[in-house]
Amino acid sequence: MSDLARQFRDFFVSLQLTVALLILSLILVFVATLDQVNLGIWAVQEKYFRSFFVMWRIPGSNVFLPVFPGGYLIGGFLLANLLAAHVYRFQLTWRKLGIQLAHAGLILLLIGELVTGLLQQDSSMRIETGETKRYSESFRDNELAILDKTNPDHDEVVAVPEAVLADRGLIQHPRLPFQVRVREYFPNAVLTMRDQAGGGAGFSATQGVGARVVMLPAQMTFKPDERNLPGALLEIIGPQGSVGTWIVSPQLGMPQTFAYDGRTWELVLRFKRYYKPFALTLLQFSHDRYPGTEIPKNFSSRVRVRSDDGTEDREVLIYMNNPLRYGGLTFYQAGFEANDRVTILQVVRNPGWLLPYVACVMMAIGLTLQFVFSLAAFARRRAAASAP
Amino acid sequence: MKRFLPLLVLLLGAAYLASSLRPERNPTAFDLAGFGRVPVLVNGRIKPLDTVARTSLLTLQARQRVSTPEVGTPFVATPTEWLADVFFNPAKADTYPTIKIESPEVLDLLGLGEDDVRITYPSAAMRAMAVLGFLPSTKSRFSYAQLRARLPELDKQARLADPTEAQLRTAFQKQVIAVRDRVVLYLQLKTAAQMPDSPDFLGELELFQQALPAGIGAVLAKQRGDAHDETAVKAMKEMADRFSYMEQLGHLRLVPPAEKDPDPTHWRATGATLMESFGTGRIDRTVLDYARLGRAWRQGDAATFNAIVASLHDTLTPRYPAAMHKSDIEARFNFAEPFYRSMTLYGWAFFLAILSWLYWPRELGRAAFWLLGLAFAAATAGIATRMWLEGRPPVTNLYSSALFVGWGAVLLCLVLEKIYRNAIGSVAGGMIGFATLLIAHHLSLGGDTLEMMRAVLDSNFWLATHVVVITVGYSATFLAGFLALIYIFRGVFTRSLDPATADALSRMVYGIVCFATLFSLVGTVLGGIWADQSWGRFWGWDPKENGALLIVIWNAVILHARWGGLVRARGLMAMAVFGNIVTSWSWFGTNMLGVGLHSYGFMDAAFYWLIAFVASQLLIITLALVPLEKWRSFRPAAPQPDSGR
Repeated sequence: MSDLARQFRDFFVSLQLTVALLILSLILVFVATLDQVNLGIWAVQEKYFRSFFVMWRIPGSNVFLPVFPGGYLIGGFLLANLLAAHVYRFQLTWRKLGIQLAHAGLILLLIGELVTGLLQQDSSMRIETGETKRYSESFRDNELAILDKTNPDHDEVVAVPEAVLADRGLIQHPRLPFQVRVREYFPNAVLTMRDQAGGGAGFSATQGVGARVVMLPAQMTFKPDERNLPGALLEIIGPQGSVGTWIVSPQLGMPQTFAYDGRTWELVLRFKRYYKPFALTLLQFSHDRYPGTEIPKNFSSRVRVRSDDGTEDREVLIYMNNPLRYGGLTFYQAGFEANDRVTILQVVRNPGWLLPYVACVMMAIGLTLQFVFSLAAFARRRAAASAP
Repeated sequence: MKRFLPLLVLLLGAAYLASSLRPERNPTAFDLAGFGRVPVLVNGRIKPLDTVARTSLLTLQARQRVSTPEVGTPFVATPTEWLADVFFNPAKADTYPTIKIESPEVLDLLGLGEDDVRITYPSAAMRAMAVLGFLPSTKSRFSYAQLRARLPELDKQARLADPTEAQLRTAFQKQVIAVRDRVVLYLQLKTAAQMPDSPDFLGELELFQQALPAGIGAVLAKQRGDAHDETAVKAMKEMADRFSYMEQLGHLRLVPPAEKDPDPTHWRATGATLMESFGTGRIDRTVLDYARLGRAWRQGDAATFNAIVASLHDTLTPRYPAAMHKSDIEARFNFAEPFYRSMTLYGWAFFLAILSWLYWPRELGRAAFWLLGLAFAAATAGIATRMWLEGRPPVTNLYSSALFVGWGAVLLCLVLEKIYRNAIGSVAGGMIGFATLLIAHHLSLGGDTLEMMRAVLDSNFWLATHVVVITVGYSATFLAGFLALIYIFRGVFTRSLDPATADALSRMVYGIVCFATLFSLVGTVLGGIWADQSWGRFWGWDPKENGALLIVIWNAVILHARWGGLVRARGLMAMAVFGNIVTSWSWFGTNMLGVGLHSYGFMDAAFYWLIAFVASQLLIITLALVPLEKWRSFRPAAPQPDSGR
């Protein structure tokens, strides 16, 4: 082996590297936890854990500097270090079995976290008692939907991601006979009725609800229990020129309807939807509190699951610590609202969900073996020492 | 003589514990012990009035004794006697100083000047002590009568502060709200059994009973538009106003479910029950019983009081035998104060163990070990009783986690002491046991510590596995840190850290760190599985999860640094002390951030204690970094041990 290769190998199998990486991860996790107060849990994950470097913006400029290794970098090196040490030091002996197994489990856990980070998709489903739903809605992302309602049997939907609105450009789509120009866009906005707004500031539209309301930008929120409600001022432009402007926002409960080119259209900025090949009906939601308090004792949803292909039609009870796993998705009881008439289910798609379980079993067995071996060795030494 | 010392200490300690098991005796002819065992439903749980009295006093004034600094003798003999005064003789209870106010700004708001606050001790010796700072020189507890005049001001300020999020409130806002909440709690207790302004509530109820049929008739007639007795309608209206005031404040549900009501949770408050009288036309029996108790209490008629207390027990016992049994045991548990007694014994065990390093190592060491065992037994009994009362695994909230962290660490110490017999385990155990029970005491000031579990945490399986395992991980990490403290202090300041002791301590710390790694890792991973089961993600980077992860990482750092030869004994000790910082942050610091799903215990003043603790640990780490030649135990005069450093 050449000198360089040996140095390379020694670097990657060294315990010094392990210690250094562990200390770096300690600092990263600690700082990230503190920063949750400012950024919220989601932004922190993006900034610190799902990144190669933690970037810091020089105040007063748009220049970002990498100031600390991010989760992917530290995790990647840790994985390389673990794998290298594993391969290099691997001995099939009973004494080493525990520690080998524990580290193999750790490798699997890190891989599992990576898979989750890349593939997991969270959304929520709010269903009123008796209602049937076949889609869930994103926690953070929104979409502009333009629906052609002319055909009574089905709608033609064009969905535009929020990111496109944020670019404030011109939207042209083969299925739309008009262009949509994004005149204004705010990642978080408040709408107030025009007569209550006082005068002056804010944006209004010429058509729809927008003619009666005023839109103003608002501070972005990072609290885990709040979400940003964006707002946009859109102009519909046909070949003959401008049709008018509309204000759209998820705060407006209903889509706004307009006629163009002999067809009926709907315009709505809504929480991004994920349609499923099955439907859920909320049959009953129950919620108990402890007597004399507002502390929830339990809540549960009885739902009916019906798949589109007719192979599945059953009732299930979803409650705390007892989710429904179906169709590659998991449905958790997350909350309730509207005087216990509406249930909120959290819908998670995570193809790697099994990996942590396997990793855990490996680590638990490995560490227990190691501990038992060490204890036995210690007891033998004590016995030998105290023997006359 | 010396030989019998351990036995003597053991007997004394056992007698001390056994004395707590005797039944509560009544200081006067009134059966206050029996009154304290009467059950009531409050905050979702049926508990004895004794618990209500104790937790209310802790919440109101941070201690159970009702007294002033000038007068040594307490106003009342037991918390239950205080509660009886609050219920039945509020004019007297209003003069007891039971509302704690510390903020000078709030005192100012309430119009309490220097004369109200300064303590004038009767004796010259006490005055001198106060000047030297050994006795407090200002009062921090005030009576309701003192506050009454300026309560509207307090309410106004508290209302102004209410909309601000708890995390963002200023110190003044927090204090105003805290004091307002104490006053509200006091008012709730005062209106629990009777109208506080009524000189004779039983008489009032008897008149009400007589007027009720005619009154209801008159009101119905008025509603129909018929001729009616306007005075009777007015009287009814006045009574309804009074009872609805009680109903609004009522949070103690003293009245058991109606005879035929099968739901055992349908207990009602006195005010609400009286409001029902307008519909039923009669007054509930229990409401009248409490009014009779009140009259008997005020008139000093112990015989009637005791007879009514007995009849309350006799009517409830056949209906709810299990709840009554629990209520009795809980009152007994309160009176026995197992954690207070355990704390005292931990203190003595620590003291004796330290002494054993100087004199009579064999005898004092054994005595300390036995005392530690006794204290541990008392704590175990206390935790077991709590578990039985709650029907839950040991750790359900921050308070119980403090109990259990101490319990786990002391158990490990007992094992260490059994193996090594060098009093190190006893010193560490006594110290950790005492400290964790002290922390628990301060956590108990928030109210009843047997709380109901929120739905999200309501899973005995996961509480029993994840929470217990992770808490043992905390215990072990703390223990390693405290053992390291002993190593550093003995090494730097004394000559007593001989090579054998140093070696034994290194082995102990190493072993305990391994144990801590195992438990904190397994506990964290189990937590991940629970999170996956109930929230849909294995890991969410929630502050509490991160805190647990930090402990795992730090323990792993210690082990890998040791295996890689990066540190020896001294480095190991310094790192183990840093483990104290990591663990205390994970345990308390994460709850202070106020974000995340796990923040089950909000706390505030504790933040400064946390900072102080972290600073002290950093100081000790600096001490450990002093070169070995400067350590008293390793000065060149002594031969330097080669191994394990």
